[in-house]
Amino acid sequence: MSIKKVLTGNHAVSYGAMASRVQVISAYPITPQTQVVELLSELVADGKLDAIFVNVESEHSAMSACISASAAGARAFTATSAQGLALMHEMLHWAAGARLPIVLADINRAMAPPWTIWTDQNDSLSQRDTGWMQIYVESNQEAFDSIILAYKVAEQVFLPCMVVLDAFVLSHTSEPIEIHDQEKIDEYLPPYRPMVTIEPGKPIGYGALAAPDTYMEFRYKMQRAMENAVEIFEKEGKLFGDMFGHSYDLVEPYMMDDAEYVIITVGAVTSTARVAIQELRKKGEKAGLLKFRVLRPFPFEKLRELLSGRKKVAVIDRNISFGHHGIFYQEVKSALYPLSNRPPVFGYIAGLGGRDITVSDVVDIYEDMKKRETLEEIIWKGVKL
Amino acid sequence: MIMKNWQIPEKELLFSGHAACQGCGGALAMRLALKALGENSVATIPACCWTIISGDVLYHALKVPVFHTAFETAAISAAGLKAGLSVRGLKDATVFAWAGDGGTFDIGIQAISGAAERNEDIIYFVYDNEAYMNTGIQRSSATPWGAWTTTTPVKHPEDKPKKNIDEILAAHKIPYQATVNVAYPEDFIRKVTKAKNVKGFRFIHIFAPCPPGWKMASDISIQVARLATQTAIFPLYEIENGRNYTVSYLPPNKLPVIEYLKMQGRFKHLKEEDVEHIQRMVDENLDYILKKHELTHGTLENIPRPEFYK
Repeated sequence: MSIKKVLTGNHAVSYGAMASRVQVISAYPITPQTQVVELLSELVADGKLDAIFVNVESEHSAMSACISASAAGARAFTATSAQGLALMHEMLHWAAGARLPIVLADINRAMAPPWTIWTDQNDSLSQRDTGWMQIYVESNQEAFDSIILAYKVAEQVFLPCMVVLDAFVLSHTSEPIEIHDQEKIDEYLPPYRPMVTIEPGKPIGYGALAAPDTYMEFRYKMQRAMENAVEIFEKEGKLFGDMFGHSYDLVEPYMMDDAEYVIITVGAVTSTARVAIQELRKKGEKAGLLKFRVLRPFPFEKLRELLSGRKKVAVIDRNISFGHHGIFYQEVKSALYPLSNRPPVFGYIAGLGGRDITVSDVVDIYEDMKKRETLEEIIWKGVKL
Repeated sequence: MIMKNWQIPEKELLFSGHAACQGCGGALAMRLALKALGENSVATIPACCWTIISGDVLYHALKVPVFHTAFETAAISAAGLKAGLSVRGLKDATVFAWAGDGGTFDIGIQAISGAAERNEDIIYFVYDNEAYMNTGIQRSSATPWGAWTTTTPVKHPEDKPKKNIDEILAAHKIPYQATVNVAYPEDFIRKVTKAKNVKGFRFIHIFAPCPPGWKMASDISIQVARLATQTAIFPLYEIENGRNYTVSYLPPNKLPVIEYLKMQGRFKHLKEEDVEHIQRMVDENLDYILKKHELTHGTLENIPRPEFYK
C-alpha cells in the first residue's frame, strides 16, 4: 500500500534510495546534501534498510567506494553537492567508463568562490561530459520517483545516472510525497543483475590498459548505450506512469499544443514558470512551457518535434559557460540547427547562486523575447549592474 | 647459501607473460603474496607499474581478478569491493589493494588513513621501489635521502629522508602491519599468511627493488634487496595494534650501508660524508625499532638471527 509523507527534497531522495533497495551507500557531508545521507545512515543503523554504509573521508572516496562496490555486483548510491561533486570528477569518469549503474543525487549548489551554498547548475553541468546520465527534477515527488527510475534505466544501459535537484528550493522545502507500495516498486525495479562482476574465482582484469587499437571501441559503445537510453527512458517513464500514476519523459510540454512562444526551464523553476504561463494565457498569449528533464542522453527528436515551427523560444539558464552562453541554451540551439523551420532561440541567464527567479521574472523574459528583433549572444536577467 | 626450512607454497597464481621488467621486485612480490593469499581473493590496483604488469584489456596474467582504479583510491577501492562482496554474501573473500609507493606514501595517503581509521577489512600492500618508476623514476616521499631520480638530479639529489609510512600506519592502531622484503620469501609468506587471518585493516610494506630505477643490473635485484635488510636500511618487523613491535630478523653481523649503496647507480654521486649521514639515520631508525621491540617483549634476545638469512 502506498503512503503519503510530508518530506523535504533531501528526505525524498533518501526514501527513494531506500525504496530502490540500495545495498552500498558511501557519502561525505556537504551542505545542502547532508540530510540525504543523515537519514540513510539512520535507516541503515536501525536495520530498516539492509545496506552497508561506508562513512568515508571525502567525496572522492565516496564515489570510489560506490564504483568498486558496484563492480562487485552491489547496487550503490551516493549524494553530494557542488565542491563535493567537483572533487568526485575524476571518479565520475571512472564510474561511466567502467559502465557501472551507480545513482548519485546532486543537490545543485553554486561553485565557490565566493563561498555560497545556494542553488545553480554549474556543479552538475560541469560533469556533463563524464558519461553520466542526468535527470533534473521539478518537485520532491519527482525526486523520489526519479531515483527509482534512474536505477531502472541505468541497470539496462550500464551507465551511471545523476538525479539533480535545486538546493533549498527543493532540498529543504517540504512537500507531500506519495511513497509507492514497496511490492510494486520491487516489481518495477528487480534486483540488480550485473553483466560482469569482480569476485573470487573469476580471474579477469577490469579496466586494464587499452592501447589505441582497442580504446576507441569502448567509447563508441558508451555512446551507443547513451543513444539507446533515450528509448529506455521513454519506455520506463511510461511504465512508471502505468504502475504509479505519474509518467515521466525526457522533455515535457506544458500548454504547448498551440503555443507560438515557448519558454524552456530546467529544475524547480519550472513550477514557477507554470504559473507565469497560466498568467500569460489568461492575457490571451499563446505561451507554452517546455520542461527539460533529461539532459543526457539528449532528447534530440522530441525536442525538435516540440519546437519545430514555433515563433520564438527562450531558454532560462541557471548556469553559465563562461565565454560562451548558458549551457541549456547552447544545447537547444545545437539540436535545432538541422531544422529548416527552426525558431530563433534566446538565452537568459538568471538565478545564479540561488537568486530568486519569480513569476514576474519569467513573464518579463517572455515579453522580452517576444519583442526582440535580433539575436543577442547572452541576456542577463536580474543582475545588478 | 644453505636452503633449509624452505617452505613456500608451490602453487603459482601469477603466470609468465606479465609485463614486468627483468629483476622486478614488484612482480616477485605479487607472486609471493598470491601464494599466501590463495584464489579466494580479489585485488584492486591503482595507477602504478602493476597497471601495466598485469596485462592489457585482452590479457590477464593473474589467477585472481583485478579491479583497476584511479591513483589515489586503492584503499577505498578495496573497501568498496569488500562491501559489495559482503552484501552479495561473499563475506570470506580476501580483498587486497596493491599499490606502489607513490600511490601510498603520496597521493593515496588520505584514502589509506580513512580506511585504516575505519578499520576496513582489507589488506593494503605497498610494493615500495622508492620512486615513481612507471612514469620514469621521479622522486616520491618514499625516495631515500641522497638518491638520484629524474626530479632529484645528481647535482641536487633527494634532500629529505624517506617518509616513515609504517609509523603513520601504526598511529592508526591497525590490528596488523609488517615490513617484508622480496629477498626474504619465507618471512614474506609467513607475514602475509598471518595478515590474511587477521580481521580489519592490515598493511604490508614490501621492499621491492627496481633495476631500471635504481640503475643496477637486473640480476642483482635479490642481492641488493638482501643487503637492504642486512644493513638495516630496511628492517623486517611487525606491529600489532600500533603498539606491539616484533623485529622479525636481525643480521648476525650488521653490514655498513655503503655495501648496499655502492651496488646502485642512483647513489653513485654520494660523498663520504653523505654515506656517514645515511649511516647515522639508519642506525637511529634501527635503534628506535629495537627499543619498541624491547618495550613490547622486555628483551632483544628473542629476535631471530639465522645465518641462513645472510
